[in-house]
Amino acid sequence: MAMTVPRPKLNWRERLYLPAIVAGLAITFKHFKNMLFGHTKVTMEYPEQKPDSRLPDHYRGAPALVRDEDGRVRCVACQLCEFICPPRAIKIIPGEIASTDHFARVEKYPEQFDIDMIRCIFCGMCEEVCPEQAIFLRKDYAITGFTRAEMVHHKEKLLEIGGVIHGVVLK
Amino acid sequence: MPPFLFWVFALMTLIFGAAVVLNRNPVASALSLVVSFLGLSALFVSLDAYFVGIIQVLVYAGAVMVLFLFIIMLLNLQAEERHRINWLASAGGLGVALILLIQVVFTIRHFEAARQTFPALSASTIDDVRNIGALLFRNYNLPLQIVGILVLVATIGVVLLSKREPR
Amino acid sequence: MDSFFVITSLLKIVGILFVVILPMVSYAVYAERRVSAFIQDRMGPNRVGPAGLFQPIADMFKLLLKEDFTPRAANTFYYWLAPCLAVMPAIITIAVVPFGSTLFGVPMIIADVNVGILFVFAIASLGVYGIVIGGWASNSKYPFLGGIRSSAQMLSYELSLGLAVIPVFLLVGNLRLTSVVRYQIEHGWFIAPFVGDWMNPWKWLLAIPMIISFLVFLIAIFAETNRLPFDLPEAEQELAGGYNIEYSSMKFALYFLGEYAAMITGSAITVTLFFGGWHFPGIPDGSHGWIFGLMNIAVFFAKVAIMIFIFMWVRWTLPRFRWDQLMRLGWLFFFEIALVNIFIVAGIMAFHQS
Ligand code: SF4
Ligand code: SF4
Repeated sequence: MAMTVPRPKLNWRERLYLPAIVAGLAITFKHFKNMLFGHTKVTMEYPEQKPDSRLPDHYRGAPALVRDEDGRVRCVACQLCEFICPPRAIKIIPGEIASTDHFARVEKYPEQFDIDMIRCIFCGMCEEVCPEQAIFLRKDYAITGFTRAEMVHHKEKLLEIGGVIHGVVLK
Repeated sequence: MPPFLFWVFALMTLIFGAAVVLNRNPVASALSLVVSFLGLSALFVSLDAYFVGIIQVLVYAGAVMVLFLFIIMLLNLQAEERHRINWLASAGGLGVALILLIQVVFTIRHFEAARQTFPALSASTIDDVRNIGALLFRNYNLPLQIVGILVLVATIGVVLLSKREPR
Repeated sequence: MDSFFVITSLLKIVGILFVVILPMVSYAVYAERRVSAFIQDRMGPNRVGPAGLFQPIADMFKLLLKEDFTPRAANTFYYWLAPCLAVMPAIITIAVVPFGSTLFGVPMIIADVNVGILFVFAIASLGVYGIVIGGWASNSKYPFLGGIRSSAQMLSYELSLGLAVIPVFLLVGNLRLTSVVRYQIEHGWFIAPFVGDWMNPWKWLLAIPMIISFLVFLIAIFAETNRLPFDLPEAEQELAGGYNIEYSSMKFALYFLGEYAAMITGSAITVTLFFGGWHFPGIPDGSHGWIFGLMNIAVFFAKVAIMIFIFMWVRWTLPRFRWDQLMRLGWLFFFEIALVNIFIVAGIMAFHQS
């Protein structure tokens, strides 16, 4: 249905527009002046100032693998994260743990665990789905590299970012 | 002004004037006409007629030709480029132009005043804007007013014509 | 035409172009980015050099090193010609603007022609060709629309522009821009006649139409230089950039240069016509010593810089007009105001003299 939007009737002062324009100019000048004398502080100058201390606990940065208190990689190579990852950033090649090993009943461990950080969208699905609490999204956000190959985080890198976690984390 | 500049600007005016006719692309023709006007105004300036020279640029090159371009571009005249040259008509046109040229040359050769060289005016002592104004408003005041009213009538007529019919 | 004249003129041309105008253009771009940032509570470019002052140099290298691309469907000759046409008029116009009094006895104006302001308008009116031809030669619809808009807009606002300055020249009685400055030194700036016999009520009566005239002129200059709120030819949101979409690299930079050069000349002319040119109360002209001559030049360019700031300030405050509003404003509003203004000034002058 066609609808007519009623236009407000303007009196002569409003129709002159000049007062409104001057008022607008005054507002922008106020902003200009405050910025010029450093009264406004909105922008964070990134490489010198970093937001690290102000990042919230639920911040989703780079995904990383963790070790448990015995120094074992927690991941059991169940490949659930590989399966759920929306952009298919994770690639896992599982390996079998030798039966003589102390952790033989775990059966599997990730022989290779790559996360392509060019593809990763920091969605946190991997962390969500992991049955072993082996993968977490850390607070690292400055992930850079000169080549595509450099942007793939291998297992060592992931463990380095991840660190050690004791016990069960209540999420 | 050194005479060689006269030749430069005269040639510029003529060559681009010819280009107006010879160009197949209407926009290119219009632009050639602009350059031709610029040459003409340079010639006026060289005669210390600054006002006429500048008005030539301001009115013709700056306003009228912009309107021309506006219309040409809006109409998008591409048929002109595909059109074949009518050699007979071209020859006829050239003939007329030639006859005119011969007549002009003939007249000038037999017209005494046109062959005299006038003494040079003392440069830039004349305020030609003031002179033109005085001439227009003192000597030719009535004709000026009449022309003014004519232009006004024409303007009102245009406004009336371009106004849409009330439904 | 002696050699002294030729040499000083050449020096003035080279000096004003390469020492003043071109650096000013590049720093106007930088200033625009900083001013717009500050108005929007941002920082703006502040990385290259101290406070980002070397940003223009970085920009220049960036633009020079980009790929210079000519679309296949473009009309190559005109496509290349157009950016040059966009820059030239703005730079030529500065020739008749007195940017200082005298320095070592040499008048600080490149060409003091007796049709000064008409020369400015004539050359400025040629500026539209750069945009129109660029838009047409690109052979693409958005540039084309930009070019069409530009030609209509320029034509409409040139009228108000011309009519708005007539009161000034009615008072001065001469079309020379140097006479305008001299008149303002004797009688006070047109916009604020505090100097000279400032008690004279006639002058205050005249100041009212002068301010109207100034406002109309300023708005028309905004329209002529394609600055917001009148940047219909490039309107990013409607035409995706307008006449210069198809341009890249240095050709695009030339358009940019042209826009800013036009802004600088526009400011210079406004300063000359309404703000007393190089005059500042208390500073004598260059005949009292070269230091004063230099100060006059500095005063002039300081005023121009303030005008440029006003240009930017307005740009980052007001939204763009709609196309039909723009035309209505030009033809039905400013044109009439400027016309009536002329009659008022002429009437006041006639009464005053009798
Ligand atoms: S955060 Fe999302 S995108 Fe990144 S690896 Fe985990 S599941 Fe894949
Ligand atoms: S990280 Fe977790 S979800 Fe992914 S393979 Fe290892 S155990 Fe399975």
